[in-house]
Amino acid sequence: MRHYSVFAIVKEALGYHQGWERAWRNPTPKAHYDAIIIGAGGHGLATAYYLGKNHGITNVAVIEKGWLGGGNTGRNTTIIRSNYLQDPSAAIYEKSRSLYETLSQDLNYNIMFSPRGVIMLAQTEHEKRGYLRTAHANSLQGVETRFITPREVKELCPIIHLEGPRYPVLGGLWQARGGTARHDAVAWGYARACSAMGMDIIQQCEVTAIHRENGAVSAIETTKGRIGCNKLGIVVAGHSSHVADMAGFRLPIESVALQALVSEPIKPCMDVVVMANTVHGYMSQSDKGEMVIGGGADGYNNYTQRGSFQHIEETVRALVETFPMISRLKMLRQWGGIVDMTGDRSPIISKTPVENCFINCGWGTGGFKAIPGSGWAMAELMAKGHSPLADEFGLNRFREGRFIDESVAAGVAH
Amino acid sequence: MLLLTCPYCGVSADETELSPGGEAHLKRFGPGSSDEDFEGYLFMRHNQKGVHFERWRHTYGCGKWFLAARCTATLEVFGTYSAQTPEHPKEIIAKIQAKRSDWSLT
Ligand SMILES: Cc1cc2nc3c(=O)[nH]c(=O)nc-3n(C[C@H](O)[C@H](O)[C@H](O)COP(=O)(O)OP(=O)(O)OC[C@H]3O[C@@H](n4cnc5c(N)ncnc54)[C@H](O)[C@@H]3O)c2cc1C
Ligand SMILES: [Zn+2]
Repeated sequence: MRHYSVFAIVKEALGYHQGWERAWRNPTPKAHYDAIIIGAGGHGLATAYYLGKNHGITNVAVIEKGWLGGGNTGRNTTIIRSNYLQDPSAAIYEKSRSLYETLSQDLNYNIMFSPRGVIMLAQTEHEKRGYLRTAHANSLQGVETRFITPREVKELCPIIHLEGPRYPVLGGLWQARGGTARHDAVAWGYARACSAMGMDIIQQCEVTAIHRENGAVSAIETTKGRIGCNKLGIVVAGHSSHVADMAGFRLPIESVALQALVSEPIKPCMDVVVMANTVHGYMSQSDKGEMVIGGGADGYNNYTQRGSFQHIEETVRALVETFPMISRLKMLRQWGGIVDMTGDRSPIISKTPVENCFINCGWGTGGFKAIPGSGWAMAELMAKGHSPLADEFGLNRFREGRFIDESVAAGVAH
Repeated sequence: MLLLTCPYCGVSADETELSPGGEAHLKRFGPGSSDEDFEGYLFMRHNQKGVHFERWRHTYGCGKWFLAARCTATLEVFGTYSAQTPEHPKEIIAKIQAKRSDWSLT
């Protein structure tokens, strides 16, 4: 792999930039791999990367039905934070956030991590008490967060209107080390690093069946033929139930649409991320100047990557009240992704009823922030059979009633 | 926008008038059942990519629960029926099969 650096840019400039090579190879599948990952979103690619980097397993293929990063990874609003309530969540999200800090250097690829800080607004007394509790939990967990006053909120984000008639701002949960990153670059950086380790990323190749022998996975059927494997990781987000069905088991998951939208670009006016969970809206400003806006998920099962119009309306209505200056902005684009929701709103990183078949799913509306940590844990689980970060997120927790209940802390889109 | 006809009041209602209620025809398992059955009833879902039988409530209308057959990949609606129907109705199954010959109830 060609190392990216300022010297490489200067050298290529002398040759009119004709010498750059492709960031990743476009191979035809081999007959057999030690491990196959289904799904080249951030979580699948990160799993493959850490299988190679941390465990020396590089005879790996990542199989993608569309193009890499074209699922939820390329559709999300890129909020990164780790201020969750429960200990297992704090552990994996904080691991993830800290990996993001050095990911550009690690991958030799600029993922544009921007730790600009995240405020979660408290707009009801109930929410305020909830965030005070989270701030206390976070300090016990070693996650740096703080409950801030309305005045501090206004200092951090001058365009906010504190005295809204229905939902005044009563304070906020502030995580200074949270922020955003460039979503595509995260997928591209991992893909390039995987390819450099000799892994095959096979795009435009849909998995259509999963073959088993004596209760263990043996091969997958794809639109490019049958491919054998010793171990299989299913990392397909909204399509998890569909692919699990091919392996003969069910999941505690429902797939729904979640939407986002961006405005026309404007001058810099907001250098933090603000989330208003009571009214289901959140906003940040991209480097291009667009206001990036997300809202609530639809309530009904859906695979169409299109959401309902009234959710956009609700989100925008709420945000206009909180940020009056955006009322005249034109919205440029709107899109949807299919997110995988579990009963307790926490993810699943687990063995499955099929031997040597593992699953990573259920990140729902908030898994972009978790990509490095989740890949780290999933790779360890696939290589060693268990992982301290993943163990609490097993499928059996639903049978045992051992929920990791983040539905209050994370029930909204982010 | 999704339109569903309420089988009680006959209104063709916008989704803004309705609340979704998840998978229909779940078999209820309570105290005394096995852990697996109880888990299945509470959490495991078919979550089909395709025809999905589901519950809806005409919240801002008559307030009653009803059931619907709808494709989650195309949003095509095959019909709605009363929540007091214990099995998947034959006429709706026939309607789906008339349009999708390879479809069967799983
Ligand atoms: C609008 C929106 C906003 C969001 N905002 C945030 C946010 O601000 N912060 C945050 O942390 N998270 C956010 N999320 C959630 C986040 O995007 C996801 O949790 C995360 O990207 C999931 O990554 P993934 O790799 O698991 O899935 P994906 O990126 O969806 O990748 C799964 C891949 O599997 C492939 N696949 C599926 N079926 C098959 C098959 N049969 N064969 C081969 N390949 C298959 C798909 O094509 C896809 O590329 C948001 C999501 C949406 C939709
Ligand atoms: Zn009605």
